[in-house]
Amino acid sequence: MELVNVFIKAAFIENLALAYFLGMCSYLAVSKTVKTAFGLGLAVIFVLGITMPINWFINVYLLGENGIFGMDLTFLRLILFIAVIASMVQLVEMVIEKFSPALYNSLGIFLPLITVNCAILGGSLFMVAGEYSFSESVAFGLGGGFGWFLAIIAIAAIREKIRYSDVPLALRGLGMAFLLTGLMGMAFMGLMGIDPAAF
Amino acid sequence: MAEALVAKKEASSPIKFGKKEKKLLTDPLSDNNPITVQVLGICSALAVTTGMKNAAVMAVAVVLVCVGSNVITSVLRNIIPKQVRMIVQLVIIATLVTMVELVLKAVAFESYKALSVFIGLIITNCIIMGRLEAFASSNKPYESLLDGLGNGVGYGLILLIVAFFRELLGKGTIFDWKLIGATPEYLINTTESWLFGWYVNNNLFVLFPAAMFVIGIVIWVHRAWRPQLVDVS
Repeated sequence: MELVNVFIKAAFIENLALAYFLGMCSYLAVSKTVKTAFGLGLAVIFVLGITMPINWFINVYLLGENGIFGMDLTFLRLILFIAVIASMVQLVEMVIEKFSPALYNSLGIFLPLITVNCAILGGSLFMVAGEYSFSESVAFGLGGGFGWFLAIIAIAAIREKIRYSDVPLALRGLGMAFLLTGLMGMAFMGLMGIDPAAF
Repeated sequence: MAEALVAKKEASSPIKFGKKEKKLLTDPLSDNNPITVQVLGICSALAVTTGMKNAAVMAVAVVLVCVGSNVITSVLRNIIPKQVRMIVQLVIIATLVTMVELVLKAVAFESYKALSVFIGLIITNCIIMGRLEAFASSNKPYESLLDGLGNGVGYGLILLIVAFFRELLGKGTIFDWKLIGATPEYLINTTESWLFGWYVNNNLFVLFPAAMFVIGIVIWVHRAWRPQLVDVS
Protein backbone atom coordinates (compact mmCIF):
# COMPACT_ATOMS: atom_id res chain seq x y z
CA MET A 1 0.00 0.00 0.00
CA GLU A 2 2.86 2.30 0.87
CA LEU A 3 4.35 1.64 -2.56
CA VAL A 4 1.09 2.53 -4.28
CA ASN A 5 1.08 5.80 -2.37
CA VAL A 6 4.61 6.61 -3.50
CA PHE A 7 3.68 5.74 -7.09
CA ILE A 8 0.55 7.95 -7.11
CA LYS A 9 2.38 10.80 -5.42
CA ALA A 10 5.25 10.66 -7.93
CA ALA A 11 2.89 10.38 -10.90
CA PHE A 12 0.34 13.05 -10.09
CA ILE A 13 1.13 15.30 -7.14
CA GLU A 14 4.83 15.71 -7.81
CA ASN A 15 4.51 15.37 -11.56
CA LEU A 16 8.02 15.91 -12.93
CA ALA A 17 6.86 17.68 -16.08
CA LEU A 18 3.94 19.81 -14.91
CA ALA A 19 4.70 20.48 -11.25
CA TYR A 20 8.49 20.83 -11.40
CA PHE A 21 8.85 21.67 -15.10
CA LEU A 22 11.67 19.20 -15.57
CA GLY A 23 12.53 17.66 -18.92
CA MET A 24 10.85 20.49 -20.79
CA CYS A 25 13.06 20.49 -23.89
CA SER A 26 12.15 17.05 -25.11
CA TYR A 27 8.62 17.49 -23.74
CA LEU A 28 7.99 20.46 -26.01
CA ALA A 29 9.92 19.28 -29.02
CA VAL A 30 8.65 15.71 -29.32
CA SER A 31 4.98 16.39 -28.49
CA LYS A 32 3.88 17.23 -32.03
CA THR A 33 2.13 13.90 -32.51
CA VAL A 34 0.84 11.37 -30.00
CA LYS A 35 2.81 8.60 -31.70
CA THR A 36 6.30 10.01 -31.14
CA ALA A 37 5.28 11.30 -27.71
CA PHE A 38 4.26 7.75 -26.83
CA GLY A 39 7.68 6.39 -27.84
CA LEU A 40 9.62 9.00 -25.92
CA GLY A 41 7.35 8.60 -22.88
CA LEU A 42 8.00 4.85 -22.82
CA ALA A 43 11.76 5.47 -23.13
CA VAL A 44 11.63 7.89 -20.19
CA ILE A 45 9.67 5.42 -18.02
CA PHE A 46 12.23 2.77 -18.88
CA VAL A 47 15.28 4.95 -18.17
CA LEU A 48 13.81 6.34 -14.94
CA GLY A 49 12.75 2.88 -13.77
CA ILE A 50 16.25 1.49 -14.34
CA THR A 51 18.43 4.38 -13.21
CA MET A 52 16.53 5.03 -10.00
CA PRO A 53 17.34 1.67 -8.29
CA ILE A 54 20.94 1.77 -9.58
CA ASN A 55 21.39 5.28 -8.26
CA TRP A 56 19.81 4.17 -4.98
CA PHE A 57 22.48 1.48 -4.64
CA ILE A 58 25.22 3.97 -5.53
CA ASN A 59 23.92 6.52 -3.09
CA VAL A 60 23.59 4.10 -0.19
CA TYR A 61 26.40 1.61 -0.70
CA LEU A 62 29.09 3.69 -2.41
CA LEU A 63 28.58 7.25 -1.26
CA GLY A 64 26.96 6.88 2.15
CA GLU A 65 28.85 6.78 5.45
CA ASN A 66 27.87 3.13 5.91
CA GLY A 67 28.98 2.23 2.40
CA ILE A 68 32.02 0.21 1.36
CA PHE A 69 34.38 3.20 1.56
CA GLY A 70 33.12 4.07 5.02
CA MET A 71 33.14 7.82 4.40
CA ASP A 72 30.89 10.56 3.15
CA LEU A 73 31.48 10.82 -0.60
CA THR A 74 28.27 12.67 -1.47
CA PHE A 75 30.20 15.36 -3.39
CA LEU A 76 30.65 12.75 -6.11
CA ARG A 77 26.90 12.18 -6.34
CA LEU A 78 26.16 14.38 -9.35
CA ILE A 79 28.90 13.02 -11.56
CA LEU A 80 28.19 9.34 -10.70
CA PHE A 81 24.45 9.75 -11.26
CA ILE A 82 25.10 11.38 -14.63
CA ALA A 83 27.48 8.57 -15.59
CA VAL A 84 24.85 5.93 -14.75
CA ILE A 85 22.17 7.82 -16.68
CA ALA A 86 24.43 8.32 -19.70
CA SER A 87 25.31 4.65 -19.92
CA MET A 88 21.67 3.58 -19.53
CA VAL A 89 20.52 5.98 -22.25
CA GLN A 90 23.25 4.73 -24.54
CA LEU A 91 21.92 1.22 -23.91
CA VAL A 92 18.34 2.23 -24.66
CA GLU A 93 19.51 3.97 -27.83
CA MET A 94 21.23 0.83 -29.08
CA VAL A 95 18.17 -1.32 -28.29
CA ILE A 96 15.74 1.03 -30.04
CA GLU A 97 18.05 1.42 -33.05
CA LYS A 98 18.15 -2.36 -33.35
CA PHE A 99 14.47 -3.17 -32.85
CA SER A 100 12.60 -0.13 -34.14
CA PRO A 101 14.54 1.98 -36.67
CA ALA A 102 11.40 4.00 -37.46
CA LEU A 103 11.00 5.11 -33.85
CA TYR A 104 14.76 5.71 -33.70
CA ASN A 105 14.59 8.07 -36.68
CA SER A 106 11.54 9.95 -35.45
CA LEU A 107 13.08 10.54 -32.02
CA GLY A 108 16.23 11.88 -33.68
CA ILE A 109 18.43 13.99 -31.45
CA PHE A 110 16.02 13.74 -28.53
CA LEU A 111 17.00 10.20 -27.70
CA PRO A 112 20.58 11.08 -26.69
CA LEU A 113 19.09 14.15 -25.06
CA ILE A 114 17.25 11.95 -22.53
CA THR A 115 20.69 11.88 -20.90
CA VAL A 116 20.41 15.58 -20.22
CA ASN A 117 16.67 15.36 -19.66
CA CYS A 118 16.61 16.99 -16.26
CA ALA A 119 13.61 14.84 -15.31
CA ILE A 120 15.94 11.84 -15.03
CA LEU A 121 18.66 13.50 -12.97
CA GLY A 122 16.06 15.50 -11.05
CA GLY A 123 14.17 12.28 -10.27
CA SER A 124 17.31 10.73 -8.82
CA LEU A 125 18.00 13.82 -6.73
CA PHE A 126 14.40 13.87 -5.45
CA MET A 127 14.82 10.20 -4.58
CA VAL A 128 17.84 11.11 -2.45
CA ALA A 129 16.03 14.02 -0.85
CA GLY A 130 12.97 11.88 -0.09
CA GLU A 131 15.08 9.21 1.70
CA TYR A 132 13.17 6.36 0.08
CA SER A 133 13.86 2.69 0.71
CA PHE A 134 14.85 0.45 -2.18
CA SER A 135 11.37 -0.75 -3.12
CA GLU A 136 10.01 2.78 -2.69
CA SER A 137 12.70 4.14 -5.01
CA VAL A 138 11.60 1.67 -7.70
CA ALA A 139 7.98 2.79 -7.26
CA PHE A 140 9.08 6.44 -7.28
CA GLY A 141 11.05 5.94 -10.49
CA LEU A 142 8.22 4.16 -12.29
CA GLY A 143 5.65 6.64 -10.95
CA GLY A 144 7.73 9.64 -11.99
CA GLY A 145 8.21 8.16 -15.44
CA PHE A 146 4.50 7.37 -15.71
CA GLY A 147 3.57 10.93 -14.72
CA TRP A 148 5.94 12.35 -17.33
CA PHE A 149 4.53 9.90 -19.90
CA LEU A 150 0.95 11.03 -19.13
CA ALA A 151 1.95 14.69 -19.33
CA ILE A 152 3.60 14.37 -22.74
CA ILE A 153 0.68 12.31 -24.09
CA ALA A 154 -1.76 14.95 -22.80
CA ILE A 155 0.04 17.87 -24.43
CA ALA A 156 0.55 15.91 -27.66
CA ALA A 157 -3.17 15.14 -27.83
CA ILE A 158 -4.06 18.79 -27.19
CA ARG A 159 -1.59 19.90 -29.84
CA GLU A 160 -3.06 17.46 -32.35
CA LYS A 161 -6.55 18.82 -31.70
CA ILE A 162 -5.57 22.48 -31.60
CA ARG A 163 -4.37 22.20 -35.17
CA TYR A 164 -8.03 22.61 -36.18
CA SER A 165 -8.42 25.81 -34.18
CA ASP A 166 -7.89 29.31 -35.45
CA VAL A 167 -4.67 30.12 -33.62
CA PRO A 168 -2.77 33.27 -34.74
CA LEU A 169 -0.26 32.20 -37.36
CA ALA A 170 2.87 33.18 -35.44
CA LEU A 171 1.66 31.43 -32.30
CA ARG A 172 1.04 28.09 -34.00
CA GLY A 173 3.14 25.13 -32.92
CA LEU A 174 5.77 25.96 -30.37
CA GLY A 175 4.36 29.21 -29.01
CA MET A 176 0.99 27.63 -28.32
CA ALA A 177 2.69 24.62 -26.71
CA PHE A 178 4.40 26.95 -24.24
CA LEU A 179 1.16 28.70 -23.30
CA LEU A 180 -0.65 25.35 -22.95
CA THR A 181 2.08 23.97 -20.71
CA GLY A 182 1.87 27.06 -18.55
CA LEU A 183 -1.88 26.58 -18.15
CA MET A 184 -1.52 22.86 -17.41
CA GLY A 185 1.18 23.71 -14.89
CA MET A 186 -1.16 26.15 -13.14
CA ALA A 187 -3.77 23.40 -12.93
CA PHE A 188 -1.23 21.01 -11.42
CA MET A 189 -0.26 23.63 -8.85
CA GLY A 190 -3.76 23.08 -7.48
CA LEU A 191 -2.93 19.42 -6.82
CA MET A 192 0.23 20.34 -4.95
CA GLY A 193 -1.48 23.01 -2.94
CA ILE A 194 -0.20 26.50 -3.59
CA ASP A 195 2.96 27.09 -1.62
CA PRO A 196 2.24 29.88 0.87
CA ALA A 197 5.95 30.67 0.99
CA ALA A 198 5.75 31.94 -2.58
CA PHE A 199 3.39 34.72 -1.56
CA MET B 1 41.03 17.77 -58.89
CA ALA B 2 40.04 21.39 -58.67
CA GLU B 3 37.71 20.58 -55.82
CA ALA B 4 40.49 18.83 -53.95
CA LEU B 5 42.70 21.89 -54.42
CA VAL B 6 40.01 24.20 -53.10
CA ALA B 7 39.42 21.92 -50.14
CA LYS B 8 43.14 21.90 -49.41
CA LYS B 9 43.33 25.66 -49.66
CA GLU B 10 40.43 26.06 -47.28
CA ALA B 11 41.95 23.62 -44.84
CA SER B 12 45.29 25.41 -44.90
CA SER B 13 43.76 28.70 -43.70
CA PRO B 14 41.36 27.74 -40.93
CA ILE B 15 41.13 31.22 -39.39
CA LYS B 16 38.96 33.29 -41.68
CA PHE B 17 35.75 35.15 -41.32
CA GLY B 18 33.70 34.91 -44.47
CA LYS B 19 29.99 34.76 -45.09
CA LYS B 20 29.67 31.19 -43.85
CA GLU B 21 31.41 31.96 -40.57
CA LYS B 22 29.30 35.06 -40.03
CA LYS B 23 26.19 32.98 -40.61
CA LEU B 24 27.36 30.44 -38.01
CA LEU B 25 27.75 33.25 -35.51
CA THR B 26 24.59 35.26 -36.18
CA ASP B 27 22.12 32.52 -37.07
CA PRO B 28 21.62 31.34 -33.47
CA LEU B 29 20.87 34.90 -32.38
CA SER B 30 17.56 34.96 -34.21
CA ASP B 31 16.74 32.53 -37.02
CA ASN B 32 18.10 29.46 -35.26
CA ASN B 33 17.82 30.59 -31.66
CA PRO B 34 18.46 27.75 -29.18
CA ILE B 35 15.39 28.52 -27.05
CA THR B 36 12.76 29.87 -29.41
CA VAL B 37 13.54 27.76 -32.49
CA GLN B 38 15.60 24.73 -31.49
CA VAL B 39 13.75 24.30 -28.15
CA LEU B 40 16.88 23.49 -26.15
CA GLY B 41 17.73 24.56 -22.62
CA ILE B 42 14.20 25.35 -21.47
CA CYS B 43 14.57 23.97 -17.95
CA SER B 44 17.38 26.31 -16.94
CA ALA B 45 15.64 29.17 -18.71
CA LEU B 46 12.68 28.58 -16.40
CA ALA B 47 14.76 28.21 -13.26
CA VAL B 48 17.19 31.15 -13.37
CA THR B 49 15.03 33.86 -14.92
CA THR B 50 13.40 35.10 -11.72
CA GLY B 51 16.04 37.87 -11.63
CA MET B 52 18.20 39.71 -14.16
CA LYS B 53 21.39 39.25 -12.14
CA ASN B 54 21.14 35.47 -11.96
CA ALA B 55 20.22 35.33 -15.63
CA ALA B 56 23.25 37.42 -16.61
CA VAL B 57 25.73 35.30 -14.63
CA MET B 58 24.12 32.12 -15.98
CA ALA B 59 24.34 33.44 -19.55
CA VAL B 60 28.09 34.15 -19.22
CA ALA B 61 28.70 30.71 -17.68
CA VAL B 62 26.78 28.96 -20.45
CA VAL B 63 28.67 30.86 -23.17
CA LEU B 64 32.00 29.79 -21.65
CA VAL B 65 31.00 26.12 -21.23
CA CYS B 66 29.36 25.98 -24.65
CA VAL B 67 32.42 27.37 -26.47
CA GLY B 68 34.86 25.25 -24.47
CA SER B 69 33.02 21.95 -24.81
CA ASN B 70 32.33 22.55 -28.52
CA VAL B 71 36.02 23.11 -29.25
CA ILE B 72 37.21 20.16 -27.17
CA THR B 73 34.65 17.75 -28.63
CA SER B 74 35.45 18.96 -32.13
CA VAL B 75 39.17 18.36 -31.61
CA LEU B 76 38.51 14.86 -30.27
CA ARG B 77 35.69 14.04 -32.71
CA ASN B 78 37.63 11.44 -34.69
CA ILE B 79 38.98 9.67 -31.60
CA ILE B 80 35.75 9.22 -29.61
CA PRO B 81 34.04 5.88 -30.41
CA LYS B 82 30.38 6.30 -31.31
CA GLN B 83 29.13 3.90 -28.64
CA VAL B 84 30.53 5.81 -25.67
CA ARG B 85 30.32 9.34 -27.09
CA MET B 86 27.65 10.55 -24.65
CA ILE B 87 29.68 9.57 -21.62
CA VAL B 88 32.78 11.26 -23.04
CA GLN B 89 30.78 14.40 -23.86
CA LEU B 90 29.29 14.50 -20.39
CA VAL B 91 32.73 14.17 -18.81
CA ILE B 92 33.95 17.10 -20.93
CA ILE B 93 30.93 19.20 -19.95
CA ALA B 94 31.14 18.25 -16.28
CA THR B 95 34.84 19.16 -16.16
CA LEU B 96 34.23 22.55 -17.75
CA VAL B 97 31.27 23.25 -15.48
CA THR B 98 33.37 22.46 -12.43
CA MET B 99 36.06 24.84 -13.71
CA VAL B 100 33.54 27.62 -14.28
CA GLU B 101 32.13 27.00 -10.82
CA LEU B 102 35.56 27.28 -9.20
CA VAL B 103 36.46 30.43 -11.17
CA LEU B 104 33.14 32.02 -10.22
CA LYS B 105 33.75 31.11 -6.59
CA ALA B 106 37.10 32.91 -6.71
CA VAL B 107 36.04 35.96 -8.75
CA ALA B 108 32.43 36.66 -7.80
CA PHE B 109 31.61 34.94 -4.54
CA GLU B 110 28.26 36.70 -4.08
CA SER B 111 26.92 35.47 -7.42
CA TYR B 112 28.36 32.05 -6.75
CA LYS B 113 26.38 31.78 -3.54
CA ALA B 114 23.18 32.88 -5.24
CA LEU B 115 23.63 30.53 -8.19
CA SER B 116 25.55 27.53 -6.86
CA VAL B 117 22.84 24.94 -7.65
CA PHE B 118 22.09 26.32 -11.08
CA ILE B 119 25.71 26.36 -12.18
CA GLY B 120 25.76 22.62 -11.51
CA LEU B 121 22.62 22.33 -13.59
CA ILE B 122 24.54 23.51 -16.68
CA ILE B 123 25.63 19.85 -16.91
CA THR B 124 22.06 18.94 -17.76
CA ASN B 125 21.51 21.96 -19.98
CA CYS B 126 20.53 20.44 -23.28
CA ILE B 127 21.89 23.33 -25.38
CA ILE B 128 25.42 22.28 -24.68
CA MET B 129 24.88 18.57 -25.26
CA GLY B 130 22.61 19.36 -28.21
CA ARG B 131 25.24 21.44 -29.96
CA LEU B 132 27.89 18.79 -29.30
CA GLU B 133 25.66 16.14 -30.86
CA ALA B 134 24.37 18.22 -33.75
CA PHE B 135 27.40 20.30 -34.67
CA ALA B 136 30.72 19.85 -32.90
CA SER B 137 30.91 16.07 -33.34
CA SER B 138 31.03 16.48 -37.13
CA ASN B 139 32.69 19.85 -37.73
CA LYS B 140 36.11 21.49 -37.49
CA PRO B 141 37.24 23.21 -34.26
CA TYR B 142 37.13 26.79 -35.58
CA GLU B 143 33.58 26.48 -36.90
CA SER B 144 32.56 24.76 -33.67
CA LEU B 145 33.98 27.68 -31.71
CA LEU B 146 31.82 30.13 -33.67
CA ASP B 147 28.78 27.88 -33.33
CA GLY B 148 29.27 27.58 -29.58
CA LEU B 149 29.69 31.32 -29.19
CA GLY B 150 26.62 32.09 -31.28
CA ASN B 151 24.42 29.60 -29.47
CA GLY B 152 25.60 30.68 -26.04
CA VAL B 153 24.91 34.33 -26.81
CA GLY B 154 21.56 33.53 -28.42
CA TYR B 155 20.56 31.62 -25.29
CA GLY B 156 21.73 34.43 -23.01
CA LEU B 157 19.75 36.97 -25.02
CA ILE B 158 16.43 35.17 -24.49
CA LEU B 159 17.33 34.54 -20.85
CA LEU B 160 17.78 38.28 -20.26
CA ILE B 161 14.55 39.19 -22.08
CA VAL B 162 12.51 36.69 -20.04
CA ALA B 163 14.22 37.67 -16.80
CA PHE B 164 13.50 41.35 -17.52
CA PHE B 165 9.73 40.80 -17.62
CA ARG B 166 9.65 38.29 -14.77
CA GLU B 167 11.70 40.47 -12.43
CA LEU B 168 9.94 43.69 -13.42
CA LEU B 169 6.40 42.34 -13.05
CA GLY B 170 7.09 39.84 -10.27
CA LYS B 171 9.30 41.88 -7.95
CA GLY B 172 9.10 45.39 -9.42
CA THR B 173 12.88 45.58 -9.74
CA ILE B 174 15.57 45.42 -12.43
CA PHE B 175 18.99 44.15 -11.33
CA ASP B 176 17.63 44.41 -7.76
CA TRP B 177 17.00 48.14 -8.34
CA LYS B 178 13.46 49.19 -7.45
CA LEU B 179 11.72 50.47 -10.55
CA ILE B 180 7.96 50.07 -10.15
CA GLY B 181 5.67 49.17 -7.27
CA ALA B 182 5.18 50.62 -3.84
CA THR B 183 8.28 51.43 -1.79
CA PRO B 184 8.04 51.79 2.04
CA GLU B 185 8.26 55.59 1.60
CA TYR B 186 5.36 55.55 -0.82
CA LEU B 187 3.21 53.58 1.60
CA ILE B 188 3.81 56.19 4.31
CA ASN B 189 3.26 59.19 2.06
CA THR B 190 1.21 58.35 -1.04
CA THR B 191 1.50 61.88 -2.41
CA GLU B 192 5.17 61.35 -3.14
CA SER B 193 5.79 61.44 -6.87
CA TRP B 194 6.83 57.83 -7.30
CA LEU B 195 6.15 56.47 -10.73
CA PHE B 196 3.90 53.38 -10.80
CA GLY B 197 3.60 53.43 -7.02
CA TRP B 198 0.15 51.91 -7.40
CA TYR B 199 1.59 48.74 -8.92
CA VAL B 200 1.21 45.61 -6.80
CA ASN B 201 3.76 42.88 -7.48
CA ASN B 202 2.25 39.96 -9.35
CA ASN B 203 3.66 36.91 -7.60
CA LEU B 204 2.56 34.62 -10.40
CA PHE B 205 5.53 35.91 -12.37
CA VAL B 206 7.95 34.44 -9.84
CA LEU B 207 6.41 30.98 -10.29
CA PHE B 208 7.21 28.55 -13.09
CA PRO B 209 4.03 28.80 -15.22
CA ALA B 210 4.67 32.50 -15.82
CA ALA B 211 8.04 31.64 -17.38
CA MET B 212 6.20 29.43 -19.86
CA PHE B 213 3.81 32.29 -20.68
CA VAL B 214 6.63 34.81 -21.12
CA ILE B 215 8.67 32.50 -23.35
CA GLY B 216 5.51 31.67 -25.31
CA ILE B 217 4.86 35.35 -25.93
CA VAL B 218 8.52 35.95 -26.85
CA ILE B 219 8.15 33.17 -29.45
CA TRP B 220 4.93 34.75 -30.70
CA VAL B 221 6.57 38.16 -31.17
CA HIS B 222 9.69 36.62 -32.70
CA ARG B 223 7.70 34.63 -35.26
CA ALA B 224 5.45 37.51 -36.10
CA TRP B 225 8.64 39.45 -36.89
CA ARG B 226 10.28 36.59 -38.86
CA PRO B 227 7.37 34.83 -40.63
CA GLN B 228 9.69 32.24 -42.23
CA LEU B 229 10.05 30.61 -38.80
CA VAL B 230 6.33 29.90 -38.48
CA ASP B 231 5.81 26.19 -38.12
CA VAL B 232 2.59 25.24 -39.84
CA SER B 233 2.43 21.62 -38.73
